[in-house]
Amino acid sequence: MSWRPTVFVMTAAFVAVFLEVSPGLFRSLLGAQIDLLPALMVYTALTHGLATMVLLAVCGGLWFDSLSLNPLGASVLPLLVIGLLIYRSRDLLMREHVYAQVVLGLMAGAAQPLGTLFILLNKGATPLLGWFSLWQWLVMTAGAGAATPICFKLFDRLRRALEYQPVTQTSFRPDREIKRGRA
Amino acid sequence: MLKKSNYIFLVCVVVLVLALLQLPGGTMSKLKLAISGLFLPLFGLSNSTHEWLGQAGGGLLPRGELLRQNAQLRHDNQELQIRLAQDAALWAENARLRTEVGWTRQTRWRVKLARVIGRDPANWWRSVEIDLGSRDGLRANLAVLTPDGLVGKVQSAGETRSQVVLLGDPNLRVSAVVNNNETGIITANSSATLDDGLIDLDQLSGASGAKPGQNVVTWGEGGVFPPGIMIGKIVDLRPKEYGLSTEARVKLAANLSALEEVWVMLP
Repeated sequence: MSWRPTVFVMTAAFVAVFLEVSPGLFRSLLGAQIDLLPALMVYTALTHGLATMVLLAVCGGLWFDSLSLNPLGASVLPLLVIGLLIYRSRDLLMREHVYAQVVLGLMAGAAQPLGTLFILLNKGATPLLGWFSLWQWLVMTAGAGAATPICFKLFDRLRRALEYQPVTQTSFRPDREIKRGRA
Repeated sequence: MLKKSNYIFLVCVVVLVLALLQLPGGTMSKLKLAISGLFLPLFGLSNSTHEWLGQAGGGLLPRGELLRQNAQLRHDNQELQIRLAQDAALWAENARLRTEVGWTRQTRWRVKLARVIGRDPANWWRSVEIDLGSRDGLRANLAVLTPDGLVGKVQSAGETRSQVVLLGDPNLRVSAVVNNNETGIITANSSATLDDGLIDLDQLSGASGAKPGQNVVTWGEGGVFPPGIMIGKIVDLRPKEYGLSTEARVKLAANLSALEEVWVMLP
């Protein structure tokens, strides 16, 4: 197994968390911060092994929580559950289709904040929730839905640029060509 | 289907995460600072880029504009020096009178400028990261403010960075006073609106004489915030608990959504 794809995914997760922390235009315009980790998790669960998926859930979640007021580990379990559910049924999913990627991204983006909030509320924390949180949840869901196909495109390009491409073998052999017509 | 070894691996991960969630506050805080320390190079890079862009922007300003700004700053500086001299005299008089009456002497605020380098990635908390840490004398529970008013307090301090919990976050409650006579508690806005400049002032008395437009300042009880720091102005009031208490909405004096630099009040 090559370690390079795992490094790419982890680097992307690290940068994604940093971007979420940086004050940005989206947050000031929409009033909500888009979480990129669910989109990355959809990509990883569909294209990588279990170890990479678990590593992304653990490291991504811990990085996110370390820069937030969330208790450490609150984001890990929802990411892990999302990843596992997709990983288990990935043979049935049409991962190459943009439509499928968007739908999976939407579902992951919707489930991640709900899962984290479930853990927070069970831990006795009092996060800031109100009617406006519904809008924030919709923005997060839509953001993850839009980010998932972008994730697929970016990683595919990266893979094509940095990895050896398999030589396409053709069954054509000139010595076995059937000559038609009169000689 | 997953193999048995995979299941064992997953169960181990889940148990570890659950154990992590049960860590006591102090240990968790230290662990968070250690993990977030991994982002230091990126924060440094972001800082350098910001400074470089600032310098590049400064280089583009015409000389006439720079001279005008320089003259304006010199004028402001002289005016402030005159006010400072007047304040020094008032301060000395205040100290003398306090000694005569037997009151404790007031100490001057020691403040340090910090740059905001990040915001909480979760939508349900209000906190920011600043570029000062324990190396600069910061520790938990120090007041953070801007020239406009109170911003929040230091939640945890790493060596070079600190996390500041902002007003309006459910984890921060501040005792406040309106019009020098009515006290209440500043809490998060119950409706969690788009405008993060609105917070609630709770537990005012039922027969509160507070009115919209009045100033709300820190009361000074609790030992974290010194008295008299501007918080904001009352927007409206509504009775609570069948008129037994009153709740007011307060518009914060400091603009929390556009924070770039803040002042940390040192002990």
